[in-house]
Amino acid sequence: MRTFRLGGVHPEENKISTNAKIEVFPLPKQAVVFLNQHLGAPATPVVAKGDAVKTGQLIAKAEAFVCANIHSPVTGTVNKIDTMKDIFGYNKTAIVIDVAETEEWVETVDTTPDIKREITLSQKEIIDKMKEMGIVGLGGATFPTHIKYMIPEGKKAEYLLINAAECEPYLTSDHRVILDHTEEVLIGISVLRKALGVPKAYIGIENNKPEPIARLQEMAKQFEGIEVVPLKVKYPQGAEKQLIYSITRRCVPSGKLPIDVGCVVNNIGTAFSVYEAVQKNKPLIETIMTVTGKSLGQQHNYVVRIGTPFSDLANAIGGLPEDTCKIISGGTMMGKAIVNIDGPIVKGTSSMLLISEKEAYRFEEQDCIRCGKCVKACPMGLEPYLFSSLINNGKFQEAADNHLMDCMECGCCLFSCPAHKPLTDEIRLAKTKLRQMQQKK
Amino acid sequence: MKLLNVSGSPHVHSGESVKRIMWDVNIALIPLLLTAILFFGFDALFVCLVSVASCLLFQWLIEKFLLKTKTTITDGSAIVTGLLLAFNLPSNLPLWIVVIGALVAIGIGKMSFGGLGKNPFNPALVGRVFLLISFPVQMTTWPRPLGICNIFANGAVDATTGATPLAAFKEAVKAGGSIDLPSLMDAFLGHMGGSLGEISALAIIIGGIYLLCRKVISWHIPVSFIGTAFVFGAILWLCNPNMYMDPVHVILSGGIMLGAVFMATDMVTSPMSKWGQVVFGIGCGLLTIIIRNWGSYPEGVSFAILLMNACVPLINKGFKPKRFAK
Repeated sequence: MRTFRLGGVHPEENKISTNAKIEVFPLPKQAVVFLNQHLGAPATPVVAKGDAVKTGQLIAKAEAFVCANIHSPVTGTVNKIDTMKDIFGYNKTAIVIDVAETEEWVETVDTTPDIKREITLSQKEIIDKMKEMGIVGLGGATFPTHIKYMIPEGKKAEYLLINAAECEPYLTSDHRVILDHTEEVLIGISVLRKALGVPKAYIGIENNKPEPIARLQEMAKQFEGIEVVPLKVKYPQGAEKQLIYSITRRCVPSGKLPIDVGCVVNNIGTAFSVYEAVQKNKPLIETIMTVTGKSLGQQHNYVVRIGTPFSDLANAIGGLPEDTCKIISGGTMMGKAIVNIDGPIVKGTSSMLLISEKEAYRFEEQDCIRCGKCVKACPMGLEPYLFSSLINNGKFQEAADNHLMDCMECGCCLFSCPAHKPLTDEIRLAKTKLRQMQQKK
Repeated sequence: MKLLNVSGSPHVHSGESVKRIMWDVNIALIPLLLTAILFFGFDALFVCLVSVASCLLFQWLIEKFLLKTKTTITDGSAIVTGLLLAFNLPSNLPLWIVVIGALVAIGIGKMSFGGLGKNPFNPALVGRVFLLISFPVQMTTWPRPLGICNIFANGAVDATTGATPLAAFKEAVKAGGSIDLPSLMDAFLGHMGGSLGEISALAIIIGGIYLLCRKVISWHIPVSFIGTAFVFGAILWLCNPNMYMDPVHVILSGGIMLGAVFMATDMVTSPMSKWGQVVFGIGCGLLTIIIRNWGSYPEGVSFAILLMNACVPLINKGFKPKRFAK
């Protein structure tokens, strides 16, 4: 079984929502659509207060290089363009749309349920279409997808890797999208393969998903150049550099990108949205989300319109369970705890995870006993214990000299620390500090 | 509405704790305690009890009255120190000396640096070496082990005392003679003179396997330590079998097994990276053989480990873990 070499941990998998089919979540009363839902610069609004918008209509345009178009996820009237709080409490500019009673899609979108198999667009047209439809990576980083396919001069893409590892505990949206939309996903991968112009695409998937693996392997036979690669269950199997190593045995050096070793990596959820964008002309206006938690009677996987507030999800499941202590957007290892439940869903939101007091409990911090468990757990081969002592002594530059910036904040060190030191928190702090120091120079 | 908790990721923990690690070490020491009682009678048990009790007491007193912090005696680390100290002492050592050893181990070896995790040297060994230098006679008079059936035949224990195989061998070589070493089976099971916990290789291996399974230790230090001692010992023995002990007896007698499995692997005082640990183990093995053969003491494990403890910061600097893509 293929896997990565250094470090890694085995958190409880808790994939309790795998059997919940993807349901369509009802439209919100008001949609809050941020101008910045992706890595890079915010988009520029092309609608004004009072404008009527249709579902799928362009409402904010990408003008910078690293940016993505934003489309209206609902039909209705623009109420205001104003500063709103996101789920983490940050102020961002948003287009707020009051939702109309009847939904009307933009005419160009193919809303029929038929599967369109034939790929008619050319390589360049596909990339332009992804850009036009505002496709961003749904694996977490929300990097505009079309940029990955504009290969810089002197570089050559050899492999397309599709990340279906879903190594985060609890999350099942990738699992479900494979089962519920197997063919669409595979068509999406073929589209991406054409866009990249490579002969082969590999789907990396953790071995704890036998059903999706079997389904993909069965159906991939009808497709050219798609291979399913089961991977060992080990967190963070789905981290980009680890996934590339597991599948191709190539190492992306420090500070380099996957394309430097001839790879382009996309999430399997992205492949599905690429199918919808390229084949059905549907912009990225919804996201597939897992709504899960151990205290929840019913587990859910929803397809939710962007702009829907988290509180709508909470109401739909009958309110938060009594013992809810933390709500996490993402998985338990890298997800973020939310502070504002009225904040909206954005591109790339993959879950609403409800964690009980007991599960989220953080034990009292003790002195480091130098056991080296953090060093053993680190998939990048770094020394978290050393960072901790350097950071606490204000030696940020020395921490950087020990390759602090290679850290991807996967959380393996804090997860395995017997002294319960907040290693990942300290490293995150130092990375921010070092970026500031860099900017000042 | 109830307020939500917020923190950075990750939001779950493996459940590992310092306490669990320390209690795992204590569990792994049980076979050693049993063999000590088996071969040295209840004297051995008293030494252990006094050592553990005084370690706990001194840690509590220091934390309560000197440092004025919350007590940490429940984390099990003082018991580890107490047991390891006792296992490095002869069973007939006067108990007041044991108490002094515990005071030095906990007071100077551990708490003076700030407590668990901050001590550069293995506290139990600090205590033992202090006693060895201060009370050389008492510390090097060992009772002969009892037969397995004689545990309850009390009184016989103090009657016969003698040197360990290492000391006897060294004396004999100096005098130009030779001695009969214990049979390999006796040496493996522990039927020979020595400190409480070091005699039975079998018990140590059982404890070591438990620690390996619980991932408290890795194989790097024990294997490199014992392996180096074996190879170095074998080279010397092949050069001159009359002057040097055969390598199997080298690793089975004295404290090499105990040191390699339980003392050198102490997390706090050993290197972080795998290669650092191998270097550390090799250093311990080399120094042990050098001190045994050319030093004035018949046994060198304690000194070897303490000397290598002092090198740990340097080793950590020089032997970094392998980074991704490097």
